[in-house]
Amino acid sequence: MSERTAAPAGQADGRTDDQADRRADRRAERRAERQAEEGERRADPRRRNNRAWLLVLPVVVSVAFTAVIPLMTVVNFSVQDIFSPGDRLFVGLEWFRSVSRDPEVRAAFVRTLLFSAQVLLLEIPLGVLLAVSMPRRGVWVSVTLVLVALPLLIPWNVVGTIWQIFARPDIGLGGWAVNNVLGLEFNYTLDATDAWITVLAMDVWHWTPLVALLAYAGLRSIPDPYFQAAQIDGASAWATFRHIQLPRLRGVLTIAILLRFMDSFMIYTEPFVVTGGGPGNATSFLSILLSKIAVGQFDLGPAGAFSLLYFLAVQIVCYVFFTVLTRTGR
Amino acid sequence: MADIRLEGVGHSYDGGRTWALRPMTWTWRDGRAYALLGPSGCGKSTLLNIISGLLSPTVGRIWFGDREVTGVPTAGRDIAQVFQFPVLYEEMSVYDNLAFPLRNRRRPKAEVDRRVREVSRLLGLEEHLRRRSRRLDPGRQQLVSLGRGLVRADVAAVLLDEPLTVVDPAMKWTLRSELKQIHRDTGHTLIYVTHDQTEALTFAEEVVVLNDGAIVQAGEPSELFLSPAHEFVGHFIGSPGMNVLPAELLDGVVRVGDATLGRASVELPSGPVRVGVRPEFVRIGPAGAASGPVARVTGVDRMGAYNLVHAEVNGHPVIARTDAATTFDAGATRVLRFAEGRAFLFRDAVRCGALEPLDGRAGA
Ligand SMILES: Nc1ncnc2c1ncn2[C@@H]1O[C@H](COP(=O)(O)OP(=O)(O)O)[C@@H](O)[C@H]1O
Ligand SMILES: [Mg+2]
Repeated sequence: MSERTAAPAGQADGRTDDQADRRADRRAERRAERQAEEGERRADPRRRNNRAWLLVLPVVVSVAFTAVIPLMTVVNFSVQDIFSPGDRLFVGLEWFRSVSRDPEVRAAFVRTLLFSAQVLLLEIPLGVLLAVSMPRRGVWVSVTLVLVALPLLIPWNVVGTIWQIFARPDIGLGGWAVNNVLGLEFNYTLDATDAWITVLAMDVWHWTPLVALLAYAGLRSIPDPYFQAAQIDGASAWATFRHIQLPRLRGVLTIAILLRFMDSFMIYTEPFVVTGGGPGNATSFLSILLSKIAVGQFDLGPAGAFSLLYFLAVQIVCYVFFTVLTRTGR
Repeated sequence: MADIRLEGVGHSYDGGRTWALRPMTWTWRDGRAYALLGPSGCGKSTLLNIISGLLSPTVGRIWFGDREVTGVPTAGRDIAQVFQFPVLYEEMSVYDNLAFPLRNRRRPKAEVDRRVREVSRLLGLEEHLRRRSRRLDPGRQQLVSLGRGLVRADVAAVLLDEPLTVVDPAMKWTLRSELKQIHRDTGHTLIYVTHDQTEALTFAEEVVVLNDGAIVQAGEPSELFLSPAHEFVGHFIGSPGMNVLPAELLDGVVRVGDATLGRASVELPSGPVRVGVRPEFVRIGPAGAASGPVARVTGVDRMGAYNLVHAEVNGHPVIARTDAATTFDAGATRVLRFAEGRAFLFRDAVRCGALEPLDGRAGA
């Protein structure tokens, strides 16, 4: 019995010794190399210290103030039941549990996810289409750039106001035209689908230009010979797009998808101005619900837990997008 | 398939203020291997792009045989063109890259496969066919680009725009002879653009020298070397280039300073001319041996197999190529002699005649 255990132990020892030796060797080698390098630069290789770490300090401080400390106050709220500033109770993960089970929150989560999916499905192809049809050179380049970028220059709540009026069936040009020219019943203040379509159309109008500009920048970076080669090879317009332009858009489209996902998943101002989350809960996205809980009802505990879960969801989806988009097609 | 004829073809990128390619009339004969030689920026790529239809010329008309193609887009011209730097369909495999031009033209699958394999064997890409093309090193990437140019069997011409710039030198030689072989096998018209004279002279049956947007001379490599029609050709081809001596022509006699060089081969009005002679055809005689231009030796470059003797005639530099055994002291004065029939007279950079010995006797 003791023999049997001794042998493996010995082996194990031998192995670790071996490994340790090898590691020490490697370390010594590396040290020698480093010293050789440094020797060229400096006379005394021994005078080394870690003061360079101080250079990281400004980043640490600013990140602490901009991200960590605010986040920690939210974490602090999320684990307490706060009755009044002086009267609070530690409740552990209770709020997380109740928020994640709340049917209203779940419905808003699904709704927001659906909204983001639709935004991406509409804005990315539209943006690319717009970018492809923009002129590559000539006097029209700057004209189209300005025209396309125009919606991006308008503040969020103004966009909301514009659409709030534009889509009104009585006095709004868009809403009136749909009702009286196309002859379709349309009233976003009463009909859930109409409200959804209005908010979606507004987002597409507001943010497709961003995708288009990013894609345009990507397209502009393709050297002329690629297009010339495609002509020589007899490639159709579609083949040229599919095999030359699209592969070169991978990088910018990754950024566009991430930006548009994050932004649409956190959309607040515009639907707040246009529909206020209604009719009913039809356009009550996560952020609108959150502000209702946090500011409207002043339930800081649940709002804190909600915020953190929200934050986590955005992080996870972005991570998945990023990983998938950068890994594929290697 | 047919001759490619340019009729008064010229191109200007700035609406006619300057010509990147001066209007020219020129025929690329069917099945010949041409080198288009000229310094960077002289309009070589412009000329190729006009032939392939990537660029429509500002003026002039283009004919393939008796078919006018001036307004025909690239796809309708059946021209293959390879660019200076690798152009790949990066997310495709090497195989798909090579097959792309054929698939776009809806060739049968079996033919596509056969052609791709032939071309990849020729270029040594067989083992890489399955690899994603952007993973290859730049040299191989360029081979793939070259392969796409060669994969189509039925082209009117193959245009190669400095195709071997990014290929390493050892590979260059192999590829150049391979291209020559391909040309012999396929009989395609081949236009090979380069700014490297060795490349041009070793590759082509006919070298076309382009300078400043105009063709200054075209001919077999030896012709360009032995009888340059333009000072530029003399300078650009040969290493070192042709010597040029300012001289005076008076009643048919050419003189440099006090020395008489010889007679002009043709009747020319008197006035200044420039005498061009290659270093290979400058002989250095003993001092005071015969009448001729007196040169002061300024230095000798030993090149191993030969020497280059630098001298000055009337303050103008002249280089003579002599064999490796000869030595001259700097400062020595010697009389130069130019080999008969190898010295030419130029006016406005264009050849206007040859230099002949005075009494029809060599050396004088
Ligand atoms: N797209 C262009 N726009 C304006 N000028 C150009 C363009 N392409 C080439 N040129 C000019 O035309 C001349 C000839 O260029 P190019 O044909 O590319 O020369 P090469 O191929 O012999 O180096 C150069 O002076 C160049 O600057
Ligand atoms: Mg060029």
